[in-house]
Amino acid sequence: MAAEKPLTLNMRPDGAALDRAAYERAGGYGALRKALKMSPAEIVEEVKASTLRGRGGAGFPTGLKWSFVPVNAPHPRYLVANADEMEPGTFKDRLLLERNPHLLIEGMAIAGYATGTDVGYIFLRGEYKLAAARIANALAEAYAAGYLGANILGSGYGMELRLHLSAGRYMCGEETGMLNALEGKRANPRAKPPFPPVSGLFGKPTTINNVETLCNVPPIVANGAAWFRGLSRGKDGGTKLYGASGKVNRPGIWELPMGTTIRELLEEHAGGMLDGFRFRGLLPGGASTDFLVEQHLDTPMDFTEVQKAGSRMGTGTMIVLDDKTCPVGMTWNLTHFFAQESCGWCTPCWSGLGWAERVLKAMEEGQGQPGDLEKLAFQTRFWAPGHTFCALAPGAAEPLQSALKYFREDFERHITEGRCPWR
Amino acid sequence: MATVYVDNQPYDMNAGQNLLHACLSQGMDLPYFCWHPAMGSVGACRQCAVKQFKDAEDKRGKLVMACMTPVAEGARISLRDPEAVEFRRAIVEGLMLNHPHDCPVCDEGSECHLQDMTVMTGHDYRRYRFEKRTFRNQYLGPFVNHEMNRCIQCYRCVRFYREYAGGNDLNAFALRNIVFFGREGDGVLESEFAGNLVEVCPTGVFTDATLKRHYTRKWDLQMAPSICVHCGLGCNTTAAERYGMLRRIINRYNGEVNGYFLCDRGRYGYEFVNSEARIRQPLLEGRPATPQAALEILRGLAPGQAIGIGSPRASLESNFALRQLVGPGHFYAGIPGSESRLLKLMLGILRDGPARTPSPRDIENCDAVLVLGEDVAATAPRMALSLRQSVRRQPMQTAERLHIPLWMDHAVREAVQDEKGPLFLATTNTTRIDDIATRAFRGSPDDIARLGFAVADALSGAGPGPALPTEIAAALKAARRPLVISGAGNRSQAIIQAAAAVAHALPGAALAFTAPECNSMGLTLMDAPSLEDALQAEADTLIILENDFYRRLPAPDIDRFLARFHRVIALDHLRTPTTAKAHVVLPAATFAEGDGTLVSSEGRAQRYFQVFVPAEPIRESWLWLGPWANLDEVNAALASALPQLAAATRAAPPATFRIAGAKIPREPHRYSGRTAMLANITVHEPKPPEDPDSALSFTMEGDFEGKPDQPPAALLPFFWAPGWNSIQSVNKFQEEIAGPLRHGDAGVRLIEVGRPSGTAAAGVPPGAPGESPAAGPNGRPTGEWLVVPLYHVFGSEELSRHAPAVAELAPAPYVALNPEDAAGFGPEVELFGARVPVKAAPDLPRGLAGVPAGIPPFAGLDLPAWSRISPPR
Amino acid sequence: MLSPEERAEIEAEFPHYPNRKAVCIDAMKIVQKRRGWVPDEALADIGELLGMSIADLDGVATFYNLIFRRPVGRHVIYVCDSVSCWIMGSDRQCGHLSERLGIQLGETTPDGRFTLIPIVCLGACDHAPVMMIDDDTHFDLTPARIDRILERYP
Ligand SMILES: Cc1cc2nc3c(=O)[nH]c(=O)nc-3n(C[C@H](O)[C@H](O)[C@H](O)COP(=O)(O)O)c2cc1C
Ligand code: SF4
Ligand code: FES
Repeated sequence: MAAEKPLTLNMRPDGAALDRAAYERAGGYGALRKALKMSPAEIVEEVKASTLRGRGGAGFPTGLKWSFVPVNAPHPRYLVANADEMEPGTFKDRLLLERNPHLLIEGMAIAGYATGTDVGYIFLRGEYKLAAARIANALAEAYAAGYLGANILGSGYGMELRLHLSAGRYMCGEETGMLNALEGKRANPRAKPPFPPVSGLFGKPTTINNVETLCNVPPIVANGAAWFRGLSRGKDGGTKLYGASGKVNRPGIWELPMGTTIRELLEEHAGGMLDGFRFRGLLPGGASTDFLVEQHLDTPMDFTEVQKAGSRMGTGTMIVLDDKTCPVGMTWNLTHFFAQESCGWCTPCWSGLGWAERVLKAMEEGQGQPGDLEKLAFQTRFWAPGHTFCALAPGAAEPLQSALKYFREDFERHITEGRCPWR
Repeated sequence: MATVYVDNQPYDMNAGQNLLHACLSQGMDLPYFCWHPAMGSVGACRQCAVKQFKDAEDKRGKLVMACMTPVAEGARISLRDPEAVEFRRAIVEGLMLNHPHDCPVCDEGSECHLQDMTVMTGHDYRRYRFEKRTFRNQYLGPFVNHEMNRCIQCYRCVRFYREYAGGNDLNAFALRNIVFFGREGDGVLESEFAGNLVEVCPTGVFTDATLKRHYTRKWDLQMAPSICVHCGLGCNTTAAERYGMLRRIINRYNGEVNGYFLCDRGRYGYEFVNSEARIRQPLLEGRPATPQAALEILRGLAPGQAIGIGSPRASLESNFALRQLVGPGHFYAGIPGSESRLLKLMLGILRDGPARTPSPRDIENCDAVLVLGEDVAATAPRMALSLRQSVRRQPMQTAERLHIPLWMDHAVREAVQDEKGPLFLATTNTTRIDDIATRAFRGSPDDIARLGFAVADALSGAGPGPALPTEIAAALKAARRPLVISGAGNRSQAIIQAAAAVAHALPGAALAFTAPECNSMGLTLMDAPSLEDALQAEADTLIILENDFYRRLPAPDIDRFLARFHRVIALDHLRTPTTAKAHVVLPAATFAEGDGTLVSSEGRAQRYFQVFVPAEPIRESWLWLGPWANLDEVNAALASALPQLAAATRAAPPATFRIAGAKIPREPHRYSGRTAMLANITVHEPKPPEDPDSALSFTMEGDFEGKPDQPPAALLPFFWAPGWNSIQSVNKFQEEIAGPLRHGDAGVRLIEVGRPSGTAAAGVPPGAPGESPAAGPNGRPTGEWLVVPLYHVFGSEELSRHAPAVAELAPAPYVALNPEDAAGFGPEVELFGARVPVKAAPDLPRGLAGVPAGIPPFAGLDLPAWSRISPPR
Repeated sequence: MLSPEERAEIEAEFPHYPNRKAVCIDAMKIVQKRRGWVPDEALADIGELLGMSIADLDGVATFYNLIFRRPVGRHVIYVCDSVSCWIMGSDRQCGHLSERLGIQLGETTPDGRFTLIPIVCLGACDHAPVMMIDDDTHFDLTPARIDRILERYP
């Protein structure tokens, strides 16, 4: 299975899901067989050595996260695949879920074995109907073949894996909000510490990983950490599913070496801007990342480099802003999203986002006032990490604070002209 | 202890706590909303932000929420840091975006925590220029008013109501900035602790609906420390008056008794004081008379001419005054023998046995509980709230193992999930705490006693016994602080003995008994014969102290009894069937209109203080009956006559007590209109009444602010501190937040453990299964039912029944039968001569019939009793 | 009353979670799948089955956006209003839908055929603007395409 594109190589060109037989023919479940002969600690070490970082947005080292489950932690232990994907502009996990569901299942079985998990859940957003059907089917196939269940492949290790369909809220993607959602509660986030590996789902040790993260696990186990690191052009190992949307010629999703530059993504893979549109900026990895502009185009897209440029790689799916789209309107749209999705728990978020959204709306509608920009800038500081209970509001601060920085004149024109110049 | 540097000053702080708790304990002003001293931290409001520095070198620091940050040795924080100050100001601004601008007309105004915190953080100008969100309010029943537009989304209400008090009909709905806190629709809040929302809510979303009907601002209320008279637990309250009308009751913190919470009977029962049924002047043969005429009759009694019957709902002083008037040999306790024997038994067990009786607060820390025979949720509701905390003790060990501080409330709940520690209930019928019970056993009173003895046997290692007693014994044995609770509800000596047997078989176990009325224990300590004994007594005159016999024994017996006397003199607050038969009726002051001492079921003597001087000629019964000029004189006589009660007279300082030469004012600084209140009658400024009975004054003069000498906090008529106008100002009067009040919590415990643990108690006859005194179900007379009392939070207690809001929630009379038994009858039956509807009670054992205790026509029955049930004629 | 099928389907979820309360979201979705929304009576029945109060359930139901506590049309149209679709003109497509159906966002057509509601990013940003009708996602919307698509939902 050594390939440059371990996640997507075997996907069928017709868009159908890879079924078990086809997946096995391509070497599928070989990694699981291999893993079951290793010790859990060896697997954790291998994943640590691979430098795999979480693909859910925060880039936390996966092997390290797995090692947080205390050795003598009680059972049952849980593993949850975060397949909530509600971050605007993000559409990478859907590809994996719809087209290669066995890869996720195999990844979870291995991760489960490495963390001593008894029960796994795939937490899937409710709107992903096609993915739901395909995963359900793949789960049945995997159970039938003994890849899941009481005694996986006769190894003595057993794990049940369930599909849970969400009732919809961005907060469910936040890992502790997700735990509450799985417990049938309002998806408010939980205080950390205690972290989920200590006290998580139903109060038990729980590991939570993004779909893409888990899908990288079988190739790592099959081919080794060194191979995985070699796939990357930068410090963080592996490939990455990158995407682009907006007024580009070929919006889409591509598996490419970690560290591919933004310019290459934009110009080669996305085919550059549509005729008649000029590039103004982009959000590198979903709605909760800072804008980058022309000067950043040569930044390699990996966790470290994008951070240096003043943003975050996030989910790696870029949203492109062109010159015929109003940056204030775009920021309003984004802030509206966050305000809508605020869980209502902590004051800076539920109150501040509602206010910021009203200010941006007023500005778009020609009702902006002097002082509004200072107010907005204050709000973004108000939502700094640690000031709020979870990372939703800090995420909302990113596009707004950077828009105020890079598109300040556009904001000022809205106020001075009393209208949106793009309308 | 840990040294924490706050703005570069070192402080000794308790290492187990969070920084908010610890800073408040140091007397600092740090604003907060979502944190509550009894409910811990959840980090929602973000109001308590402070700057934390890594070390002395760190100049930048970062903002942390004080309530979510543990106190750590050497920690450095700043409250004054400009970024922290600005952040806290911005939080209040955020909370105020949707808040109405109606402080001047809002019923929370002047005691609003939001108002206080807004001022504290310095937010004064509103920059938000958009429309506010608005909600529809709900009807939540007679106790609590709902005004959702004032909500600041701190989640305290649902945390208290659902998580702390176990209610499930109130919730948070929707999300973002439009979270709605209410019921699924209009309707009466189901929890009997709903009234605490009024205090838990930091703003005016939940307010006192009874106060609203006769609204008065806090600063216009004349207040006094008081004791709840609606059950035997002795919760501390603050009672408040204006223009001669009692306006409301709120919780008064007592670290050992009720902590921060009351039950709704205690909070809303007060309106009996304002009732139409009050006796307001002396009556002679039904006609108004002067106080002098009445007093002449009392003073003219020859020795031995009268017998006196006291009351478990009258103060020690009033009972004592009657006892002195008629002579100790002619004084009776005014409770039926069935109850009196039980109370004496309980007292003996507590005084002479090895088991300590816990304070209500101690109960929260007990980690395995057996409740034998008593429906505590109905007879001592606040105790049930403590039990809801005690079932969390054992599961909390899970959190401790995971190093989760216990004040991290949600983290603890998430780690523990629905796990509950052992609580075993043995009652005749369902109770309101069944939801937290490990197991609920239902049986007749004798079955319950047998279960108790079987548990005691199992504890003494009597070999393998039946499953349930063995399970209970094992759970109690494994606990660190086991507790046995029982009470007089079923009038069963065997149950009390069984409870004692269990507690005494468990080294270190606590034993709590509920007492039926607010001074049942005090009266029992006076050691007087029972009401039935009085029925035999011969005398010319009968004096009845604050007692309606028709609620104690069957009417025909009482009719015959009262008819035997040449003259019946009754003192009471309200017209009752008993006062209707009296030749002389005297208006007695209620708890709000007089001073006195009550002894709670725990044996804690506590003083209540006159809130206002009632209209002439209403006065305390002790003042009608005795020769004394003031309370201290009564108490001096009482202490020498009844040494066992001498300590009770020290429940409060004498009337001569002064702080900085002054009395303690009952009226806040801003009390308005005192000099003009009667201007429509006379323009001469009235002289404030004197208070000869206590160290409190009926004025607003007396300023201890910042002075070295401070009144004992337990003596303060209200809690107020600069910048802290709401009830949360109690923070400023505790030795440590959620700990004892400064200078000690109110009350003196009269009963302490007599014997060292491990020795068997005297006075407890050995009980064995089947040996209980009453006939067991097998001995049931054919065709008869054992009628047992079923208690109701609202309706079973005498005085609160006269409060309209409470009366609204009292049940109509019924008879409850097991459905299989009920099948033999139609929808209505006749019982004790009354026709009542049949209610199916699946949990009630067959052969038992339940009737609502204290509710006419069943109020005067001495239950349990055997009776026929017949189809209606 | 829950239908026997609904009840059976809810009960089939029990083994998937360590306690019944955790099933509540699934339970409400199961009812909604059959009835289009979750009426009060159903909430009461689910509560009884799971040991929850109506307020417990409604607190959960009102948190999430895919549980409907009011009736909806035969088909629910979810138009994506998030950023990529917005850049690609979702406002105009949404306006077209509104005009065609004669209803605003949040409303149901008088004939009960369609309910139109906004939804956050549907994860198909490379084919923006996007909408979902019932279980199907429709990509690269234009007014003409929208008209054709609507015909498929009687
Ligand atoms: C508001 C919010 C929404 C999130 N949504 C998602 C999501 O949809 N999918 C995801 O994988 N991670 C999401 N995350 C990140 C998760 O909390 C978590 O970090 C991630 O699932 C961990 O997996 P990883 O370590 O494999 O990246 C979200 C975080 C926040 C604060
Ligand atoms: S930042 Fe606060 S209100 Fe916003 S989603 Fe997180 S916890 Fe909820
Ligand atoms: S009191 Fe600390 S966050 Fe609310």
